[in-house]
Amino acid sequence: MISTIILAILALVLAPLAGALITGVDRRITAWLQSRYGPPILQPMYDVLKLLGKEPRVVNTWQALCAYVYVVGAALSVVLLFTGADLLLLFFVLTVGAVFLVMGALASPSPYSQIGGQRELLQMLAYEPLLILVFAAIATVTGSFKVSAVFELSRPLLYDIPLMYIVLGYALTIKLRKSPFDISASQHAHQELVRGVYTEYSGPFLAMIEIAHWYEVVLVLGLCGLFWSTGVVGMIVLVAVTYLAEIIVDNVTARLTWHFMLKSAIGTGVALTVVNMIWLYAQ
Amino acid sequence: MLGNMINKGRIKSPWVVHFDCGSCNGCDIEVLACLTPLYDIERFGIVNVGNPKHADVLLVTGTVNKRNQHVLKNIYEQMPGPKAVIAIGACGCSGGVFREAYNVVGGVDKVIPVDVYVPGCPARPEAIIDGVVAALEKVKTILGMTA
Repeated sequence: MISTIILAILALVLAPLAGALITGVDRRITAWLQSRYGPPILQPMYDVLKLLGKEPRVVNTWQALCAYVYVVGAALSVVLLFTGADLLLLFFVLTVGAVFLVMGALASPSPYSQIGGQRELLQMLAYEPLLILVFAAIATVTGSFKVSAVFELSRPLLYDIPLMYIVLGYALTIKLRKSPFDISASQHAHQELVRGVYTEYSGPFLAMIEIAHWYEVVLVLGLCGLFWSTGVVGMIVLVAVTYLAEIIVDNVTARLTWHFMLKSAIGTGVALTVVNMIWLYAQ
Repeated sequence: MLGNMINKGRIKSPWVVHFDCGSCNGCDIEVLACLTPLYDIERFGIVNVGNPKHADVLLVTGTVNKRNQHVLKNIYEQMPGPKAVIAIGACGCSGGVFREAYNVVGGVDKVIPVDVYVPGCPARPEAIIDGVVAALEKVKTILGMTA
């Protein structure tokens, strides 16, 4: 019980710091790939500190509430992952947070924010079935939806469900708003619909959304880490290689339409899952 | 301590929004040149945003005329404080060669308070980056920061 509470507090405090550093490294590597020098590694923290100090302005009270619920949802899902709780519960908490982000965007009549919000809903429509498929596949191997059950396995999940890792990578690209799927808003300075779903959030509320994004980076990479649960070194190597591949994909691809995103995500996701499940049963 | 950290963030992360107030595009291209790998202003934490609600620094190029002065004022008012304004180019500073035209109001400072003037026709990218740094020095004095 006490160890669970300590883990939860560690997750709450360390996850955003780790997320900020990972985002800083991401910006640095992206700059390097574009033959630029790039900002300092701590740049995301400077950005958020500055935003926290700006004058708070909201379109209406709903928007402020939505920003709070989004950050709480993201933080809670990281806590659930670190304390070894239920994957399905984690999924629902994550979804509630994401829905509130969209509601906040739709709370203002601005056309940029409206279209951004609707595109964000389409992105959720693309990555959420994939996440459910991945969680169901994990449960098929471990026999339980508990995160802690993964750590009781004698060999990494990657040996049993390698194709599901590709599906998770697809969902990760959409969730982290990386090219080619940065259609509702982009984490980098690319402009699409001004800033899409983030357009109407400003000052401290934008800072909260940025902090929620740090939590989500850690959550998504944590989910990747579950695929190599037997050793810490293997887990770190797997997560680092995945994120590096993600940054390279982000830099070499152009933004695609939502039609392509929806078709390819669901199509590839379901096909890979079916193949993987047949293989799992044949073993 | 939190206040000090926030002030450090303010200096290290000025996000700029660029408004073309009827410029000939000479200065606009120089502003965009700052974003290229040659100058790479992102190494100072400067990001070009498309949204005044996210911006800290407003870069204005071109003369202000009677049609677009309301737009300029509106964009300025949409920016949450603390904020700074930089007028770029001869036209932005004073109205330039169009100063005497019947439809021209004059420089940017006729409509909104300007913190830094970057002269030139067009202003060089180095001068624009220098202007943003000068605006930050001004912000430092206002915040009461030394060094």
